[in-house]
Amino acid sequence: MSPEVHWMSQLSNEIREAARGLLRDGKAQVIIGFEKGSLSLRGRPCFIRNEKDVERLVWNGFCETNVARYLPKRKGKMAIVAKGCDSRALVELIKENQVTRDQLFIIGVPCEGMIDRHRVEAEMGHDAIIEAEEREESLILRTRDSEKILDRKEYLYENCKACTHPIPVIYDVLIGKPNLQSAQKDFSDVETFGDLSPEERWAYLVQEAGKCIRCYACRNACPMCYCPECFVDISKPQWVGKSTELSDTIVFHLLRAFHLAGRCVACGACEQACPMGVDIRKLNRKLEKDVADLFNHEAGCSLDEVAPLATYRVDDPDSFMVEP
Amino acid sequence: MIETGQWEPKIVAFLCNWCSYAGADLAGTSRIQYPASIRVIRVPCSGRIDPLFILASLQKGADGVLVSGCHPGECHYLTGNYSARRKFALLKNLLEHMGLDEGRVQFSWVSASEGLRFAKVVEEVTARVRALGPANKLMKNVPGGSLDVSAQQ
Repeated sequence: MSPEVHWMSQLSNEIREAARGLLRDGKAQVIIGFEKGSLSLRGRPCFIRNEKDVERLVWNGFCETNVARYLPKRKGKMAIVAKGCDSRALVELIKENQVTRDQLFIIGVPCEGMIDRHRVEAEMGHDAIIEAEEREESLILRTRDSEKILDRKEYLYENCKACTHPIPVIYDVLIGKPNLQSAQKDFSDVETFGDLSPEERWAYLVQEAGKCIRCYACRNACPMCYCPECFVDISKPQWVGKSTELSDTIVFHLLRAFHLAGRCVACGACEQACPMGVDIRKLNRKLEKDVADLFNHEAGCSLDEVAPLATYRVDDPDSFMVEP
Repeated sequence: MIETGQWEPKIVAFLCNWCSYAGADLAGTSRIQYPASIRVIRVPCSGRIDPLFILASLQKGADGVLVSGCHPGECHYLTGNYSARRKFALLKNLLEHMGLDEGRVQFSWVSASEGLRFAKVVEEVTARVRALGPANKLMKNVPGGSLDVSAQQ
């Protein structure tokens, strides 16, 4: 086995080792992590309850699901394998009383970015990928009769490339490389979009909303969307139409994003889950920037900071108010 | 309005029970004239305003939306308007960023003793929305509106 291959299986082994110990000592009743998916480019979230199943746990560049999604209202002690973004979601969920810190044992994994399977699949065209092998710098894809090598860094999700917190912000044990480089905070994408004319920006929103089929995969994948009844599901009164009429779809996307203002941990689960390739995070990014600019807050970074929309300052910006 | 045959905007005004609604009342009892463009909805507090209400108004035929509450520091519930102010700042920026707002959604503070100020706010907001013309972006069932699929085909 080459040292490069060794690197991922080393991580997997360390996760298994930690999981085994936790189950044996009764520190966790369940381990929430990843196993090999049934498709080549997928890691599948799994719930391990027995020591004998621990071998199923793996770690690779396809463990994209934000597993914090599974925590709200779950009872008992559990251990969770958390990337940087997962851990930020955990911070928010703890602050919002969806789970307690005591319930959790966090196995932190410094994350080198998850591979954008949509782009890889597009690159491979119609050839079914039978096997994907990950190396530190490259991604080797095998189809029935060919092999293709891609640059791993090139094919990461956009929000992984721009990740500012690859190292988990909270954890009980940290495995792997604790010295990963993180990207600088950069909102130039928001500014570039803001430089377009209002008509162009509106046209973009209409175009993106036009792709949406209202499947709510984005909402369901989001670790921070845990309302018992979502505003789009309420039927008495029915606030938002349920069809794909553009006006309703736009309102859905605007409000979905708004409900995440100051809470969105930028994990990109919404976009990864979207079957139609809607640029969902365009809206979240703007709110992320405004929350940083106006209220000096970044979601999921500290257990002590109060959510920006749950507090106020007497001197908050108010230049937009009408003064006759 | 109807007599002159001129288009006048329809503006939904969410007024808080304790200040702005009382301010509107005072404007009325004081016989202060202001444009008849607003449709008042009384709410307990400006903090009660969910952005959903604002967008739903725009969908259902409003040309503009005004949300008005107590001045900062004067909220009947102590901090409702402070919380509201943060939401409004984000909402207004988001709508503008997506090319939607253009000044149709406005926020103001009017106290119970400011009948004259209320009239001026309504005048100001009406003038801004009137200048923008009829809303057609989120409004449903508008022939020729920007979301009218049949018009685009």
